[in-house]
Amino acid sequence: MASKVDLEFAREVATADDFNAWACMNCGVCTAVCPLGIDLVPRKLFRYTVLGLRDEVLERRDVIFQCLLCKLCEENCTAGVNIAENMRYLRGYIDREVFGLSASPAGKKEQHAVAHR
Amino acid sequence: MPLPTGDIVGLMVDNLNKRGSVFPLSKRKSTRWAKGMRIPCGGETVLYTGAMYQLLPYIVAMVRMLERVEDTFLADWVFLGRFANRFINLSGIAARPSREEVAKYDMMLQDIAGLLLQAGVPFGYLYEDDVYAGALAYDMGVDDSLLAHAERVQATLRRRGVKKVITVDPHTTNMLRSIYPTILDDFEVEVQSYLEVLAEADGEPMRRVVEDVVIHDSCVYARSEGVLDQPRQLLERAGYSLLEPRESRNLTYCCGGPIEALFPKKSHDIGVARVEQLKGTGGKQAVTMCPICLASLENAADGSLPMEDISAYLRRAYAPTFTPVPLPLRVTGATVCRAAQASPHDRRIVERRHASRD
Repeated sequence: MASKVDLEFAREVATADDFNAWACMNCGVCTAVCPLGIDLVPRKLFRYTVLGLRDEVLERRDVIFQCLLCKLCEENCTAGVNIAENMRYLRGYIDREVFGLSASPAGKKEQHAVAHR
Repeated sequence: MPLPTGDIVGLMVDNLNKRGSVFPLSKRKSTRWAKGMRIPCGGETVLYTGAMYQLLPYIVAMVRMLERVEDTFLADWVFLGRFANRFINLSGIAARPSREEVAKYDMMLQDIAGLLLQAGVPFGYLYEDDVYAGALAYDMGVDDSLLAHAERVQATLRRRGVKKVITVDPHTTNMLRSIYPTILDDFEVEVQSYLEVLAEADGEPMRRVVEDVVIHDSCVYARSEGVLDQPRQLLERAGYSLLEPRESRNLTYCCGGPIEALFPKKSHDIGVARVEQLKGTGGKQAVTMCPICLASLENAADGSLPMEDISAYLRRAYAPTFTPVPLPLRVTGATVCRAAQASPHDRRIVERRHASRD
């Protein structure tokens, strides 16, 4: 079955300061050097994300949390993608939308404002 | 059945929000390494452990327990553990490392403090205010909990008048030096790893140690903090011949540690692959510079490649006469600023331990 594009997800990703997977040229170096050896991480996952395929992303949440954040991929990335930060962004999204652990970005700003009042 | 990611991350976040650390450790346990060291309380420059070395034996014990649960029907019931942990510190009760394991990590901190003292670096210690910096919360993406915690740490450092911290592990260094300034307003504390401080101090070794040793770089030190030359400079000046695996320096390979709490088997496999790379140099012993790397790689090597923290290698060369002070076998009473003393009985026990270790 074809995956549906989730416009809200696509919009959130497009406007997020922390997410720059748009720069990915899909060269595959990141996948080749990844100690996990999982085909999905990170470029296919980023493709799903920038296309707004929210279900495809959430279905693979275990893989997102398997990332070591070791930055070996980032060290070798020719396009300057902040891969570890992008993975952290996706974790934050899952924490909030699936696990119910974090406040929404708006809530975060509110909390920050309260803390600094 | 794999471990439930949401429940385990949730448990860690609950702990951070409620108890100030993803894996709460009592003040007594986290400060006992300093008992009897007579390190001044506070000051403008402090040794900041972030409780990482102290936490490791407890995390290792917890991971061993999770390894037994992973892929069994018990994984379905982890949510109950998270529920109970909201009321009692279940993670603290469940993890019971051996006394030897706890003492081993405490001694690494004593070695680090001893090296700084030998190099003539003045520093204090915050004792009960030396708390976890929140690295795992950052890695898990729970940024609002991390922000609240970082604000507490910042407030503490301000209250204690700290201007500079000397960190002991890569994760705390990274949090305080690279992450806090991006999420906090006006975080202006100077942060240096003790390896950078020792390299700057440029001290001469008291004893040359002619040994080969394979070096394992920490991913965080190598790729995020640029701590690459300092450990090499210190080890080579001491006489060690360094063996570099192909995956070295800024192309170093992960130890598997960052995912050990969520995916213990996968973490172990990555550690085994790294150990094979280290063994491929022909070296018979290895040096690590992060407590997480040490625990993961020791577990993966299973005795096939002896390894120690860099603090032990450096102490043998730069501070061979430094006598670590006794670590009490049982923790009685918090090691706060005015009570940092040790009994003669404790002193004898630790001297025996060190004699057998060297």
